[in-house]
Amino acid sequence: MDKKRPIRFLKPNRFTYKELNKNSEVGIRFLLEFILSGVERQECMSRYNRHIILSDVGPEGQNKISNAKVLVVGAGGLGCPVLQYLAAAGVGTLGVIDFDIVEESNLQRQILFGTSSLGSNKALAAKERLTDLNPTIQINAYPEALTPQNALSLFNDYDIIVDGTDNFETRYLINDAAIITNKPIVYGAIFKFEGQVSVFNYKNRASYRCLFPSPPKKGSVANCTEVGVLGVLPGIIGTMQANEVLKIILGFDGVLSGKLFCYNSKTTETYSLKINKSNSEFEKVLNNKENFENIDYDFNCKAIINEISIKDVSKIKNVHYLDVRELHETPKISLDNCTQIPLKELGTKIHEIPTDKTIIAFCQSGIRSNTAAEILQKHNITNCFSLKEGAQAIIEQLKTEL
Amino acid sequence: MQLQIKYFGLLAEITNCDQETLEFSKSQVSDLLEELYIKYPLLKQKDFKVAQNHEIVSNNSNITNPEIALLPPFSGG
Repeated sequence: MDKKRPIRFLKPNRFTYKELNKNSEVGIRFLLEFILSGVERQECMSRYNRHIILSDVGPEGQNKISNAKVLVVGAGGLGCPVLQYLAAAGVGTLGVIDFDIVEESNLQRQILFGTSSLGSNKALAAKERLTDLNPTIQINAYPEALTPQNALSLFNDYDIIVDGTDNFETRYLINDAAIITNKPIVYGAIFKFEGQVSVFNYKNRASYRCLFPSPPKKGSVANCTEVGVLGVLPGIIGTMQANEVLKIILGFDGVLSGKLFCYNSKTTETYSLKINKSNSEFEKVLNNKENFENIDYDFNCKAIINEISIKDVSKIKNVHYLDVRELHETPKISLDNCTQIPLKELGTKIHEIPTDKTIIAFCQSGIRSNTAAEILQKHNITNCFSLKEGAQAIIEQLKTEL
Repeated sequence: MQLQIKYFGLLAEITNCDQETLEFSKSQVSDLLEELYIKYPLLKQKDFKVAQNHEIVSNNSNITNPEIALLPPFSGG
């Protein structure tokens, strides 16, 4: 549909576009592009046929979808269904940002991932699945955390931001960055059997801060810790978010802005709350925009990883080592006070870790052990450190002690 | 006036019900909250918005509608 991107629809075994491109005879190029645009149009017509035959969408609507750029923050319970439907719908540029890795306990609801994705970064694993789902779109994976330092430049590259995060820090960061860059946010949030959906900062209407001006008091709302959720609920709420994204792209009138939609999956009750715009909430953010990159959004209970050097481990009593490397990795550490659980299995084998000891997580170089320490903290094992060095350093330390 | 109070999210866990009917004789939202804090002391530690007639109201608003909702922010995803 988009004349700038016909190459994406090529099947390399069928076309020799590059060869013909070298032969720069204008007539041949013109003819080729004419044929290709026809092939492309036919592929789109077939893939998006059920959209195009809707009178409210049509080829023009599908063209809007393929020209849209949507960034999904978080590829978790909400992000997965959002990404799945937007990729399938043919959103031309789809960004996904997530620093986290796929754990086994995610698979019950994070439907883009399978057993083979365990241990992979979520943004990268999502891209792999989505590329298979729709190879004709551009998918940008950012395997990193959204921060005040990267948010503005990232948001500037997209038209619509989807909030699929699981913590207040990032929700307020998204809200403020979207106000500064003037982008609509399609918001979704869940708690056990209940979900909330809204569209913020759309056509000069209310923002998230107009509803909840400041983050909740520490400890007043479950955050960071794992709470149970029936896997279908984020599927429902995420799918509603995807629906709102498409409504915005297609320019429909009934976009869910200026109100908060609440859904209870256990009682099937719904509730809509009107949200009035508060100009002062916008002003507060805009007045501080020069300083945005220095704002500390880390106000709640984000895990702070305690790193430790091997020479300091000996000062701690009652230490228990946690080896998060794969079973085949060397050098082997054979100590009575050491448990080996590869990182991707850690979430499901937490019960194997003694709770009355100081846990020293280690790997080969101190990177996976940081993630491990974060996972332990999520499971309320707070007396834990990540070893800055790796397994080799433990062996050398043991030799010195002998 | 008989009020129908709806509780959302973790507030429903504190009150142990999604909604309940209460007899209310005073006038303001703050009066209602005082009564609810006595009945459910844990509510006082929580952040939530009070809505009347599907709109957020402040604590000094008068209660004019029998349907009241207490909504906390959700963070899960």
